[in-house]
Amino acid sequence: MAELPLKDPAPADDAADTEPRPGRIRKPIGWSMIVIVVLVAVCVVLVWRRDGVDGVTEILFSDLELFGGILPRVLAGCLLGAFVAEILPHEKVSRALGPNSGLKGLLIGTAFGAILPGGPFTVYPVAAALLTVGADFGAAIAMVVSWTLIGYGRAIVWELPIMGTDFTLWRIVISLPLPILAGALGRFVYLRIYPKGAPP
Amino acid sequence: MSALIVDIILWGSVAVLGVMVWQRGRTVLVASVREGTLDFVNIVPRIAIGVIGAGYIAAVIPSEVITGWLGADSGWLGVLMATVAGAATPGGPVIGFSLGAVAMKAGAGPPQVIAYVVAWALFAFQRLILWEIPFMPARFVWFRAAVSLPFPFVAAAIAMVIGKP
Repeated sequence: MAELPLKDPAPADDAADTEPRPGRIRKPIGWSMIVIVVLVAVCVVLVWRRDGVDGVTEILFSDLELFGGILPRVLAGCLLGAFVAEILPHEKVSRALGPNSGLKGLLIGTAFGAILPGGPFTVYPVAAALLTVGADFGAAIAMVVSWTLIGYGRAIVWELPIMGTDFTLWRIVISLPLPILAGALGRFVYLRIYPKGAPP
Repeated sequence: MSALIVDIILWGSVAVLGVMVWQRGRTVLVASVREGTLDFVNIVPRIAIGVIGAGYIAAVIPSEVITGWLGADSGWLGVLMATVAGAATPGGPVIGFSLGAVAMKAGAGPPQVIAYVVAWALFAFQRLILWEIPFMPARFVWFRAAVSLPFPFVAAAIAMVIGKP
C-alpha cells in the first residue's frame, strides 16, 4: 500500500522554488462553472413553469438568506487556508504530504481531515492551500474523504440524533479505512495518468 | 446552538493561527490576511451561484424519488441504486440523514443504507457544486470523485461481512 518509489531524494525542488510562493491560479470561469450555471438555469425554468414567479422568488429569498449566513464562515475558511499555507513551510509539507510521503502522508492527511474544526467552509480552503504548498492529490483526497466520512462535526451534530448512536458508530467504524484506501488509490492512479508530474 | 459552537471553534482556530503568523512579523500577517481576503472575494460569486442554484436543483428533485431508489434488502443492485440515490440527494445533512433513517424504517437493508450514507458523504452533487468546485481546482474535484466511486460498495461489503450491530 505504501508505495514508495525509492529514488534519490526527489529533485522536485526546481526553479519554481526560488520564486515566492505561487499564488493560487484560478481561471475565473471554468467548464465546471459553465455546466453548473446551465443546469441551474434549466432548473429555474422548470420551477417557474411548475410554480410560477412566486415559486422562483421564494427559493431565491430563502437561498439568499442562507448565502448571507454562510459568508462569514467562508471568510474564516479562506483566512484559515491562507494562515495554514503561511505557517507550514513548503519543504515540510511536500515531505510530509507529498507524492513520496507513503502511507504516513495518507495517515497524516486522514488525521488532519478528522480533527479539522468547522464544515465545508474550512476543509476545502485548507485542502486547497495544502495542495498549493506541496501536498499531492493522494494526501488531499485522504483529507477530504476523511472529513466527510469520519469527521466528528457532522456525525455529532446531524448523524447521531437522526440515525441513532448504534448506526453512527457502526458506520464510522466501517468508514475508518476508506480515506487511506481512497488516498492510496488516488496516488496510484495519479502516478499512472501523470507519470511526469502534474500538467499546468 | 450547535452553529454557535461551530462558529466559536472556527474563529478560535483562525485567531490561534493568526497569532502564530503574527509572531513571524506584522508584514507576514498583513500579507496572509490579504491573500485570504482575495481568495474570499474570488470565491463569493461562485458560492453565490452554488447556494442559489442548489436551491432550484433541489426543488426539481423530490425526495420521494430518492427513497424510492433505496430498495429493501435488494443485494448489490440495491447497493448500486443506493449509491446513485446518495449522489442525487439534494439538500444538506438533515435531508441526507433523514432519508437514510426513513429508508431504514421502511425496511431497506443496513448495507444499502450504509452505501447510501457513504455515497452521500462522498458525492452529494449539491456539496460538490456548492463547496468543492468553487474552492478546489476542478481537476482535483473530478479526480477525487472518480477515485471515490468504489467506496460505497467497499463500505457495503464490509457491512455485509461484519454484520449489523
